[in-house]
Amino acid sequence: MTEILSQYGLLLLVGQFPDGPIGGLALTLLMSVAALLLAFPVAVAVAIARTSPIPAIRRAAAFYVTAVRGIPLLLIIFWAFFVLPLVTGVTSSPEITVICALVVYEGAYLGEAIRAALEALPKGQTDASRSLGMSYTATLRKVILPQALFNCLPSMMNQFVLIVKNTSLAYIIGAQEVTFSANSINAQLLTRPFEVYFILAAIYFILCYSLSRLSRVVENRVLRKRSRVTNQPITETPSLARVPS
Amino acid sequence: MNLHSLAVLADPNVQLLFLRGTLTTLELFFASAIAAYALGALLVVIRMSGWLPSAAVGAFVEYHRNVPSIVQIFVWYFGVPQILPQSWHTYANAHLSAFFFAVVALSLNAAAYISEDLRSGIRAVPTGQMEAARALGMSYLKAMRWVVVSQAVRGAAPALVNQALGLLKTTSLALAIGVKELMYVARQLDGETYATFPSYLTPTLIYLACTLTLMAIGSRVQQSTRFTR
Amino acid sequence: MIEFINVSKWYGSHRVLHDVNGRVERGEVVVICGPSGSGKSTLIRTVNRLESINNGQIIVGETDVNDRKKSVNRLRSGIGFVFQQFNLFPHLSAKDNVALAPITVRGLKKGEAYDRALELLDKVGLKSKADAFPGQLSGGQQQRVAIARALAMNPPVMLFDEPTSALDPEMVGEVLQVMKQLASDGMTMICVTHEMGFARDVANRVWFIADGEVLESTTPSEFFATPRHPRAQKFVADIRAH
Repeated sequence: MTEILSQYGLLLLVGQFPDGPIGGLALTLLMSVAALLLAFPVAVAVAIARTSPIPAIRRAAAFYVTAVRGIPLLLIIFWAFFVLPLVTGVTSSPEITVICALVVYEGAYLGEAIRAALEALPKGQTDASRSLGMSYTATLRKVILPQALFNCLPSMMNQFVLIVKNTSLAYIIGAQEVTFSANSINAQLLTRPFEVYFILAAIYFILCYSLSRLSRVVENRVLRKRSRVTNQPITETPSLARVPS
Repeated sequence: MNLHSLAVLADPNVQLLFLRGTLTTLELFFASAIAAYALGALLVVIRMSGWLPSAAVGAFVEYHRNVPSIVQIFVWYFGVPQILPQSWHTYANAHLSAFFFAVVALSLNAAAYISEDLRSGIRAVPTGQMEAARALGMSYLKAMRWVVVSQAVRGAAPALVNQALGLLKTTSLALAIGVKELMYVARQLDGETYATFPSYLTPTLIYLACTLTLMAIGSRVQQSTRFTR
Repeated sequence: MIEFINVSKWYGSHRVLHDVNGRVERGEVVVICGPSGSGKSTLIRTVNRLESINNGQIIVGETDVNDRKKSVNRLRSGIGFVFQQFNLFPHLSAKDNVALAPITVRGLKKGEAYDRALELLDKVGLKSKADAFPGQLSGGQQQRVAIARALAMNPPVMLFDEPTSALDPEMVGEVLQVMKQLASDGMTMICVTHEMGFARDVANRVWFIADGEVLESTTPSEFFATPRHPRAQKFVADIRAH
């Protein structure tokens, strides 16, 4: 196992870089971070739409979330591979394709996490803000979102772990991230699949487990802060949509 | 987008291909689901009874949660046969299919998540419930069975249905080791006919039909358990 | 200043407000009391349209509260509202809580808004807590910040929805003190409260509500000495018994 690591370690870490394009674990991380950053605004928009006072917007967002939840990510990746060139007119790289698919996917899942955080805020927050004459948008921007986004930091980190794991599907359409590296090492060695995939699993495990632990630490911080800052009872069905405007 | 390409769906061979793919997907799903729920429950029992150190079960759960499902499938399909004794290895090569390994990997993966859902369901039952049951003279097992577990399962039911939803979608990863399930045949059709749109539209609709059914069951379950706790 | 004309509200078939009529003059303090679940909170929340009504009219100043053509945000910015649960914004410091609406709604310059915020916090006796977050304040202090926050919009009218009900007994006094000060400054106020001492000392009128109906509208001295409606008699007797 150590000889595999010493011979192919660099390939697993950075792919062909610097002789070729960056790959391996570095690409896995790059794709994950890009997907999270791009999915975030989409997710916030989806969460706001899901709690919108306008029924048509709520329904459209619910349709999007249900559709995404209803099909495998792999299928979304294949769709992206097919649809993106039709939209942009050029063939996208597998990396871009997977990032786009993950944005569509996480827009729904991260969006639901943010929606849960929005709805968990006491209804009194909206009441108080609207009572001061603040508009729906100002209430969202200044009062609701800052609190909700802080409260859902742990679930955002969990979504990041999911994204990291999901980038492993990128090898199927040819992105040379860490799973791709492992597959090509396995193809070269032929007789040592257990060691190769054990190493691959270990790499993901170390990365994702540390991130999960970190998210638990953050969760405790958030919980502590929340129990300190609010002595308001949590009402069960608070919603921005409930205040007549 | 070339709508004429939809014509391939009229071809009986294509229909048969998708039918077979759908059946394989459903077989993967049901075989893995049955194994996963049984094993998930067993894991909770093992953890609570102390037959194995709880760290062992914990490690099992963390491995499955922190490694991508597709890597877990590779480890089972490519990796594990290599470390089996030679005679087993030969047997595995001769008799065990990719389908088998896919079911093993998928069900172990889902079992890890299911056991966690069940465990948090049990944790959510107040300790006073167990005390009240024991105070009535019930044995530990009876109290567990009739008071704690029945409440825990109810509480965890929505999450458990959700795991089924996740499992159904994860079966699509079996294409990576050549199981001819729905995604595999869709890709095959796309490769052979270049009729990309119908090749992916068909599995999309089939997956949605299955997952919407599961979601409907899920919201039913949620409704029926909401007022009883 | 504030007028209720035949105001009714239903939740489904359950009628929570029943033909409410009444006037609050400029500078008047009206205390609304009654048994729990009688519709007091609902009534006060209709004044700034936190609750819609099904029938009737509510006029504040010159404005019909439920006129869809009028901006509800402008209406609300001219009515101070204080909640039972304070509802301070936990992510903002006391002075940010007070300055937020003047900046975002009125477009006040930051410097001006913060000067005014400090002035108001001083008025409620909390200048030293300007940078504290709500979680670091006691209930009574939070409620006083909430009053300063409502005052920051210079509303001609203040509404109080059970402002002391969520407080520990020893903190009730400091909040009532601030409310008394406001009343003596000539503020028009409607207060839903169980503090009958406050009603006796400060209110110009007491409205007694039960089952969504205003059963009595009279001066505090008359209300406590000779309540006319049987429900009001029982209510006053129950208070005496405590």
